[in-house]
Amino acid sequence: MGMTITEKILAAHAGAATVKPGDNIWVDVDVLMTHDVCGPGTIGIFKNQFGEQAKVWNQDKVVIIPDHFVFTADPHAKRNLEILREFVSEQKLPHFYDAGTDNYKGVCHIALAQEGHNRPGEILFGTDSHTCTSGAFGMFSTGIGNTDAAFIMGTGKIWVKVPETMRFEFNGTFPPYIMAKDILLQVIGDIGVDGATYRAMEWAGDAVMKFSMEERMTLCNMAIEAGGKSAIIEADEVTADYVKKRTDKPFKIYHSDADAGYYFKKTYNADEMQPMVAKPHSPDNKALVGDVSDVKIDRSYIGSCTGGKVTDFRAAAQIIQGRKVKVDTFIVPATREVEADLHKEKIGDKSLAQIFEDAGASLGEPSCAACLGGPKDTFGRANGKEVVVSTTNRNFPGRMGSKQSQVYLASPYTAAASALTGRITDPREFLN
Amino acid sequence: MKKIIEGKAYVLGDDIDTDQIIPAEHLVYSLSDPEERKNYGRTALSGVPTEGAGLPEGGQPFVKEGRTESEYRIIVGGRNFGCGSSREHAPACLDIAGIEAVVAESYARIFYRNSVDGGFFIPFESPVPLVQEIKTGDELRIDVEAGTLTNLASGKTWTMKSLGEVIEIIEAGDIFAYARKTGMIPG
Repeated sequence: MGMTITEKILAAHAGAATVKPGDNIWVDVDVLMTHDVCGPGTIGIFKNQFGEQAKVWNQDKVVIIPDHFVFTADPHAKRNLEILREFVSEQKLPHFYDAGTDNYKGVCHIALAQEGHNRPGEILFGTDSHTCTSGAFGMFSTGIGNTDAAFIMGTGKIWVKVPETMRFEFNGTFPPYIMAKDILLQVIGDIGVDGATYRAMEWAGDAVMKFSMEERMTLCNMAIEAGGKSAIIEADEVTADYVKKRTDKPFKIYHSDADAGYYFKKTYNADEMQPMVAKPHSPDNKALVGDVSDVKIDRSYIGSCTGGKVTDFRAAAQIIQGRKVKVDTFIVPATREVEADLHKEKIGDKSLAQIFEDAGASLGEPSCAACLGGPKDTFGRANGKEVVVSTTNRNFPGRMGSKQSQVYLASPYTAAASALTGRITDPREFLN
Repeated sequence: MKKIIEGKAYVLGDDIDTDQIIPAEHLVYSLSDPEERKNYGRTALSGVPTEGAGLPEGGQPFVKEGRTESEYRIIVGGRNFGCGSSREHAPACLDIAGIEAVVAESYARIFYRNSVDGGFFIPFESPVPLVQEIKTGDELRIDVEAGTLTNLASGKTWTMKSLGEVIEIIEAGDIFAYARKTGMIPG
């Protein structure tokens, strides 16, 4: 029997001709990424296990991207950034995107892509559950804890149980008011928050392959919200073009075999997709936007690794241009590059940033910000009973701060349309 | 590895996510500093909505005000326990609060893996939902080798699902001890 892309990548990194789901294998790691929340703990375990003088297995393969608690006065958060700085200096690590410097980037999953660390065919582990985002590049990527990260730091290896693959195929053409986020919320709603536990989610079909890299990243980003170990989209010319602009390192494109074994296959008609939300307090609590249009909101939040890329803001600006927001609206670019694009990209004669400012929205600094609540002074944090429509990834109780707040997950189109009306709104009300 | 785990149960429902286990605002504390890490015990499970905190009644704090250790030793959960973030602070905070075992119907994979590889506690899987069978505060007894769970309050015993291959890592203590034992990394 043939193999899926995921199985082929894992086999190649285990030095095996073939692997099958359920095999426990040791793989060689191409990239280890950590950030300010899990980096200090990882470093602590690394030193404890390998010694104070120990060196990381390969300096070029460790990437450190502070992004979570960067713009806060919290003294412990500041101390954690110092721990990263000391470690980077002691280990002479070349890939460090330090807060407060010109080299600061922002949200790790988007920065990884923009700085050329995502390369087809490779294996990337990160101390963040949304590391599955990198699967958009036809690579194996998944989130791990501090202990596993420390193990990789010292050895360059880690054990992996080969996941079964679930294939989601979308054929046809997505309607112009549909974004990757709608598709995700549909699929997570269909299979449930543990519907892909321990499995790889493979996205395919001609409709998916028409997506930009940013939309593909959105699609892979929330595999974890279905319990998935990883997500993957076969790399193609779109991928290769994006990657070659950002790195000179070689990469290898894998394809799933026609006779590969799948745990599950489902085909959707792309033309029939509808704008979706996930109601509080679970990403699988799906509803058609049209069915919740009586829900009043206090806030719209557009940002994060899921919904804070330039394509997300282009979509939001398309709806918001020339209008005023009715509720507090927070615009949080994922990275400095996205932030620069907000000023560069224009609709008519106005930049995206200008469109948001004229509409009365607030622009924040690139970081994870209120997606996960964070310290009390975090930009956009829900501190009370707010009803929020958000382009982020989780609406668990208290995820964006207060346990009393209620979060509806939605696409940037829907979040923007809702900002204009003060209730959950179908973007078709504003799109021609 | 402890052969018998005994203590009071703390019962939770389905889909207990890592933001409920340890809200992100607390993730700033050091896990290695012996004093500072106690903050994780203090705030463990502080994100669980009141109605779900200690079933069936709810409203029972996992850690009492002003304490850093819980009176409970075993968590009983439903489906998809530990879903969400990869933060190892989640299993760590339960360990720091004094938890020695979690018995859930199923787990989210990163939480399960972190519990085993970090050697925090044993994540057992129950063969049937136990949320109706065990009340918060019931005295439980786990025979690790036999793989059984007994509710001393009701006298009922269940055989839990096999730990499978991860038993080797659990027996060794954590992923580092296992790797040294098997020669993956030098002793």
